[in-house]
Parts: sequence; structure tokens; C-alpha cells
Amino acid sequence: MNVIDVANLTKRFGKTLVVDHIGLKVAAGQIVGFLGPNGSGKTTTFRMICGLLTPDEGEGAVLGYDVRRDSRRIKAEVGYMTQRFSFYEDLTIEENLLFVARLYDLEPRRRSVAATIEELGLGGRRHQLAGHLSGGWKQRLALAACVMHRPKLLLLDEPTAGVDPQARREFWDQIHALAGSGVTVLVSTHYMEEAERCHSIGYISRGKMLVTGTVEEVVRQSGLTTFIVHATATAELMSELRHLDGVSQVAPFGAAIHIVGVDAMRVTASLRAFAAERGLPLEPGRTSLEDVFIQLMNSGDAAPKRVA
Amino acid sequence: MIRLFLVRLGAILAKEFVQMRRDRVTFAMMLAIPILLLVLFGYAINTDPKRLDAALLVTGQDHYSRAIVSALEVSNYYRFVERPRTAAEAERLIQSGAVAFLVVIPSDFGARVDRNDQPRILVKADATDPSAASNAIGALEVIARRALLREQGLEGKAAEGQGARMSIVVHKRYNPDGVSQYFIVPGLLGVILQMTMVMMTSVALTRELERGTMENLLAMPSNGFQIMAGKVLPYFIVGAVQTIVILTTARVLFHVPFVGSLPLLIFGILLFVMGLVLLGYTFSTLARTQMQAMQLAFFFFLPSILLSGFMFPFHGMPVWAQTIGNLFPLTHFLRVVRAIMLKGADWSEIGFEYSILALFIPVYAIFALLRFRRTLD
Repeated sequence: MNVIDVANLTKRFGKTLVVDHIGLKVAAGQIVGFLGPNGSGKTTTFRMICGLLTPDEGEGAVLGYDVRRDSRRIKAEVGYMTQRFSFYEDLTIEENLLFVARLYDLEPRRRSVAATIEELGLGGRRHQLAGHLSGGWKQRLALAACVMHRPKLLLLDEPTAGVDPQARREFWDQIHALAGSGVTVLVSTHYMEEAERCHSIGYISRGKMLVTGTVEEVVRQSGLTTFIVHATATAELMSELRHLDGVSQVAPFGAAIHIVGVDAMRVTASLRAFAAERGLPLEPGRTSLEDVFIQLMNSGDAAPKRVA
Repeated sequence: MIRLFLVRLGAILAKEFVQMRRDRVTFAMMLAIPILLLVLFGYAINTDPKRLDAALLVTGQDHYSRAIVSALEVSNYYRFVERPRTAAEAERLIQSGAVAFLVVIPSDFGARVDRNDQPRILVKADATDPSAASNAIGALEVIARRALLREQGLEGKAAEGQGARMSIVVHKRYNPDGVSQYFIVPGLLGVILQMTMVMMTSVALTRELERGTMENLLAMPSNGFQIMAGKVLPYFIVGAVQTIVILTTARVLFHVPFVGSLPLLIFGILLFVMGLVLLGYTFSTLARTQMQAMQLAFFFFLPSILLSGFMFPFHGMPVWAQTIGNLFPLTHFLRVVRAIMLKGADWSEIGFEYSILALFIPVYAIFALLRFRRTLD
């Protein structure tokens, strides 16, 4: 049985269509990454899945409960970490956790809180006010609070925004540990390397799920061809490359330039000719997830291709 | 230097105006408050109240009595809404607050006028509000005397000391010495409770919204009723402390009498506070920011204080203003607290006010819960 099995979830705010017929099937213990530009409907989708918002259309089950009618049961078994820190800044870590433990009716309460503090290494700061914590520690507290009731499904809305790399690494270790113990995780992010840590990913744009699959599948499905040119990325050279036939993205990466095209034949032909003419070293590159998303963002939003 | 000074001042001014324009509620308040005050003070408030509800107990049928009664009615100071038959019935009317005055013309009034034997009229006035009562009492004396002279055909001769030597016996009830603190201090209990309870609870939800903790609170298992009750109940303790402070001060510093039942008053305070905290909570479901919630609360305080009878005589106001005044819990609470403390009223006399105070509770609670449901989506 899938932990999440929903179809055609749709939400409008006034006249704006925020989520447009999104369907999702996730098996237990999976980590699914949600990517997409700001305002694409990721948060609204999360809120519908965890029972905070009632979908205007669509149906399905979350943890076996009806996503429309059983929002109370869903809330009790889901952990939702909001995008903005949403615990009480004028309460200490321990007081915040105690509050959550009481709401979920965890017994024995004190021991649940103590165990969570231990597990997440918050011991030294248990009496500190949440408002005095740095970004990384706030995030740890928020995670602690939403896993304390042992949810079967975790929804993490941009959990690592503004968190330093080491804290982020530790955070992801914890997520994988949780998934290993059978917890299903939905996580939204803007970081590509985080997307690559997920078992599968989905890309949302303007309320629509454009692609889903593993990272490899998504990259393969995109059909993009990538080349690397070893040259200094002068503005002039970049511009010339952009105007070549079949080239859709040009981006500098260190001492090299990354070139992406949709049509393999055309981009290969025009680049080979250009490289030969200028005597530039050309080699085939690996298409990255970022290339795929930039491509999706440009086509999905029907935005004009950026011409620098 | 001066140019730079002006440029930067201009930048801040421009920003302030944009923000002022965005904050619709504040903008509306700036217009609404002067209009509200002008209307209330211009049309509703009257410090020389007329048409006061009075009861008339006339046992005689002589033409002198009738002449005095019709003169009093014409004077516009009194409106005889009750005609009790017995003294006991009349007493109950004044005790319950149904009337503020009781005019008694004894059955031997006419005979005494004819005999020139000290005819008397008895006036019992509810003087809990000394200033409201004094004008009407003063007017009664003049009107009655003139009416009697006219009836005897002795108009114009009063100055010569002829005609009726009528005496008017005034019993000022409940506050015979006309101490204004006796009237104001019990009322303050209501006003202070209203201020704190409504203000504190009006930011209950907006604080969660502003700090971003609302989303989390909603995502966790708790329902609207639990959130509402959990947020308003702590203020009962605050209310209890305030009540103790005010009642002690009233006794120790102002020597305000307390003739009624304390348990009955405490029950009234409970009903009143319950209504107030729910009203404040309702404000917090309406406002989007703490600032807006405070403004809503303030906008509520103005008419409720002015129209409740706290400072200005309730019965001196026109009917429309009295109708609006009756929509505020404070109006009913003031009647309860004054009746219990100064008049020693019991349940049978003020039970009706209790039922109205109780009625506010479900009304506000249901409205707040309905509003709350909508803030989820």
C-alpha cells in the first residue's frame, strides 16, 4: 500500500489556480524531493496532504485515510515542518517540546521529551529560549518537534533554507535514518545536491507536476545533451555560444563552460564546427539535474530564453 | 547639506504615506472615530435626562391630584410607565430598576388641599446616579406647586404666600447623600474588566499569525474549540485578581456600601468576563495583525463606555441610543453591579440582566468559531 496515493489535487485561492490536478504515489520509506520555483504550489500541496487545507478537487488517501474527510486522523500521524520557524520563541526548547508532546498526548510525556532531546543532541540547550537559537539549531528543534510523535509521514517544507552546510549534512543523515526506519518523507528544496539525496523527485511549476522519477530517470527523460568547452568564459564567447544553432543553455562552471541543447544532432553539429573553427577543446559532458530544471523552468513558464 | 536633509526626509515621508494607505483599518479608524464621537456626544448623550421612567401611585380621585399628574406628564421630565396599585408593588418596581422614580399622591391629598392642611406628595427616587436624579427632583417641586395653584385659581398669588402650603417629601434611595463615587466605583469594575479582558484576548490569534506559529498549531491535532478555550480561560485569573483589587479599593478607600450578595455578584462577573474574553477572541479572528486587533478593541470601547450608562444617564438617551447601548455586555453588567452593591437587589429582581449577560456567551463563541474555521483555508 502506498503511504500517499492522491490524484487530481487542485486548489484555488480566489481565481488563481495554485495547484492544478497534481497526483502522487509514494511508497513507505521513500524520500521524495519536491522542486520548483517559488510560488509554484509546493507548500499548498503539502498543506493539502497533511490536512491543513481541503482540496477544491481531487481525492485519494494519505496513510490510508481519506484526504478530504479524515484530516484529523491524518494530522495525528503526520509531522509537518513549516517553511518559516513556527515554534514559540518565548518558550525554551524543552517547553516547546513539552507543549507538542501534550498536544499529541504522548505518554510518558517527560520521557518522550527527554528521549527526543537526547536523540537530536539538544541536551545542552534545553533551557534556552527558542528565539535565541541560531538558524541551524532552530531547524533541529523544529525537526525534533515534528518527529517526536513518531509520525509515519514527514512533510518538510524547505527545511534547510539558511542553514550552514554541516548542519545540512547532519540534517540529511537524520532524514535518511528516519526513512530507514520506515518513515516516508516529502521534502521541498531549492538545492540540487539535496534533490540528489532523494530516492525520487518531482518538479512542480505553476501548480503542475511536470516530471517525476529518480534523478537518473529525470535526466534521461529530459533528452538533453551536454558539452563542456574548456575556455575562459568571456561575455563575448558566451554570447556567441548562446546564438549557436540548437544551444539552449550556456553557463560558466569554473574554468569551463557548460553547454546544453535539446536536439542532440543540431547542438552536436553546430558546437563541433564552432570548436574546430576556434580551436577550442570540446568534450561531452554529463547533464546535471540543474540543467534539466533550468530547462523546465524556461519552457514550463514559457519565459523567453535569457539572452545575456 | 539642506538639500540632502530634505531628500532623506522626503524619502521617509513618502514611505510613511504609502504604508498608511496600505493599512486600511487604521485609515478607516481615523475617519470613523471622530464621526462616532460627534454622533454620540451630539445626539445620544444628554446630561439633563428627560422622560425618565416613573411609577405613579395615586389613590385619590380628586381633581387636584389629576391636575398635578397631567402637569408632570406634560413637563416631559417623567414618563409614567407603571401605575402600581399597592405600595409593595411600587417598591418592587423601584428596587428592580424598572422605574427610577415613584410618585405617591396620598388619598387624602384633595381633602387636605381644601382644608388647607399641609397636603403632601411623596417622591422616592433611585439616586444611585445622583446627578441624573437631582434635576428631575428639583423640577417636580416647581411643576407640582404651579399646577396646584393653577387648579385652585390662585395663579399669580403664590408670591404673596397665599394658597397651597404643599410639601414634597423626597426619599433619595440607595445613595441618599449623593456621593458620586458610589455610582462610579462599582461601574469602574465593569469598565476595567472590559478593557483588560477584551484587549488581552483580542491579540490571542493575531499574535500566533504574526509570529508564524499559527500554521504549526493548526497542523497539530487540536480543534478550534480547544484553541479558543485554551486561549481565553487564563484571563479568568486576571479577572479575579482585578475584581479583588477593585472591590477592596472600593471598600477601603471610597467606603462604597455593599448591601447585596457577594456570591450573586461573583456569578455575574463570571458571566460578564466569559462574554468579554469571547468577544476579544472574536476580534482576534477578524483582525490580521495585533495592531488591527487593538484598534478594533478600542473602537468597541468608545460606544460601549459612552452608551452603557457608565458616565452619562442611560435613560437620558434617545431610544435608538438606548437600543444600541443594550447590545453591549457592559450596559447589563453595570445594572447588575450597581443593583447588587447599592440596592441589595436579589435574583428575582435582576435575573433578567443575568440571562442577557449569559446570552452574549454563546453568541460570541459561535461567531468566533465560525470565523476561525474560515481562517484555516
